[in-house]
Amino acid sequence: MFSKRIDNFFIGLERAFKFVKKFFIEVWVPPYEFNEVIRQCYRIGYNSLPLISLTGFIVGIVFTNQSRPSLSEFGATSWLPSLISIAVVRAMGPLVTALIAAGKVGSSIGAEIGSMKVTEQIDAMEVSATNPFKFLVVTRVLASTFMIPILVLYTDFIALVGSFINVNVNEMVSLSTFFVQVFDSISFLDITSSMLKSLVFGFTIGIVGCYKGYNSTKGTEGVGKAANSAVVMAMFLIFIEELLSLQITTFFRQL
Amino acid sequence: MRDTVIEIRELSKSFGDMDVLKNVDLDLFSGENLVVLGKSGSGKSVLIKIMVGLLTQDSGTAIVLGREVSKLNPKELNQLRLKIGFSFQASALYDSMTVRENLEFPLVRNVKNLSKVEKDKLVEEVLDSVGLLTTINQMPSELSGGQRKRIGIARTLILKPDIMLYDEPTAGLDPITCMDINNLINQVNNEYKTTSIIITHDLTCAKVTGDRMAVLLDGKFDKTGKFEEIFEDATDGRVKSFYDYNFIKQ
Repeated sequence: MFSKRIDNFFIGLERAFKFVKKFFIEVWVPPYEFNEVIRQCYRIGYNSLPLISLTGFIVGIVFTNQSRPSLSEFGATSWLPSLISIAVVRAMGPLVTALIAAGKVGSSIGAEIGSMKVTEQIDAMEVSATNPFKFLVVTRVLASTFMIPILVLYTDFIALVGSFINVNVNEMVSLSTFFVQVFDSISFLDITSSMLKSLVFGFTIGIVGCYKGYNSTKGTEGVGKAANSAVVMAMFLIFIEELLSLQITTFFRQL
Repeated sequence: MRDTVIEIRELSKSFGDMDVLKNVDLDLFSGENLVVLGKSGSGKSVLIKIMVGLLTQDSGTAIVLGREVSKLNPKELNQLRLKIGFSFQASALYDSMTVRENLEFPLVRNVKNLSKVEKDKLVEEVLDSVGLLTTINQMPSELSGGQRKRIGIARTLILKPDIMLYDEPTAGLDPITCMDINNLINQVNNEYKTTSIIITHDLTCAKVTGDRMAVLLDGKFDKTGKFEEIFEDATDGRVKSFYDYNFIKQ
């Protein structure tokens, strides 16, 4: 029983590796499905805006409010814009956006492809001489990889706006002073590392959603499982990637 | 002597411990409509999925239009697939696309240098031939089961295939809609001059659409022949009881 589980784990790992490898091969091979990539970018990016806006705004306000008591003990509330900008740009923005996207986008990709699998729509594409992997997987993974960094920039901005409102109300700091402090605190390395890890988060969300959907079985029950495990697996991998990116960025910061 | 379009020899396929097809032999001749009958789970759909390369056999050969399917590379397989229309049991229409987009999908990817006017004309022509031109801008979720089946057939017809494979075309439909689908299958064969395999366990469908029947029992074809020959001369109790020929005659 135990050894069977270990076997299944490694078999799953091999399948996942082959799936990712296939993506990197298919992405370069024509024909390219540009229209579908644009459509998916719209779905993933534009349709996530309301949720991302609300979450980013709340994160900005809450984080500012929670940080104030600690800083005020040292009479350092004027450092709030710096603290918030560093926290948001380096970690909170990418992480919050990626987790929200894993829930919204990852589950939607997993469920959509899973339901296409069980209703034979993927087979229908295949028999009409269309490569379903290219049309369904490559397009969604590319769209997710492109859109998550853009959403992260947007979340950063909205979170900083939320933070500014809180700081403005409590510390009477003007907009220009707030943003001057914000941009003074963040470096090129912060922005670059944030964008690079957002690309990785986006790729992870897309590929995990597609993999789970593409390999779903057992009818409609399998579709639910695919959507659910796409979210859980993507979130788990995002946290691991966050940890790795932290180590790498710290290494470069110390150079 | 008619040409052999599909030639199946000693084809076997298993899933785990279950032997679904056991050394199956079958010939499909140009212009004929072959009905493959059998109980649910008897391997009928597996057989036609092997013919289009959706599944691979464990042993034996499946030669379609002179090409052995399992030995084709992806490009050759796609070229062969363009000559085969596959109508799925659950229609398999793309949920996120309108009827028009569903029909355009195989067209834009496989026919080069097609103008918008030509594309629209082809889509409208094929939709008209299945009697559903008015649904052109509807989503699949807005269609009835029978309409979905018809659109599914229309989507396969748009590339003008030589062979049509129907997987349970009347499953889950009321008797009147079943009759409409049966008539559509005959109409398609006459208009598009296709050779067909119709997978079903619906005897009315078999009788109306088929020139020849083949009964799949325990992974093998028990007998092939005309509808009356199969059931009047049936010595196998399973054929007699399962298909209940007398009920159909009444």
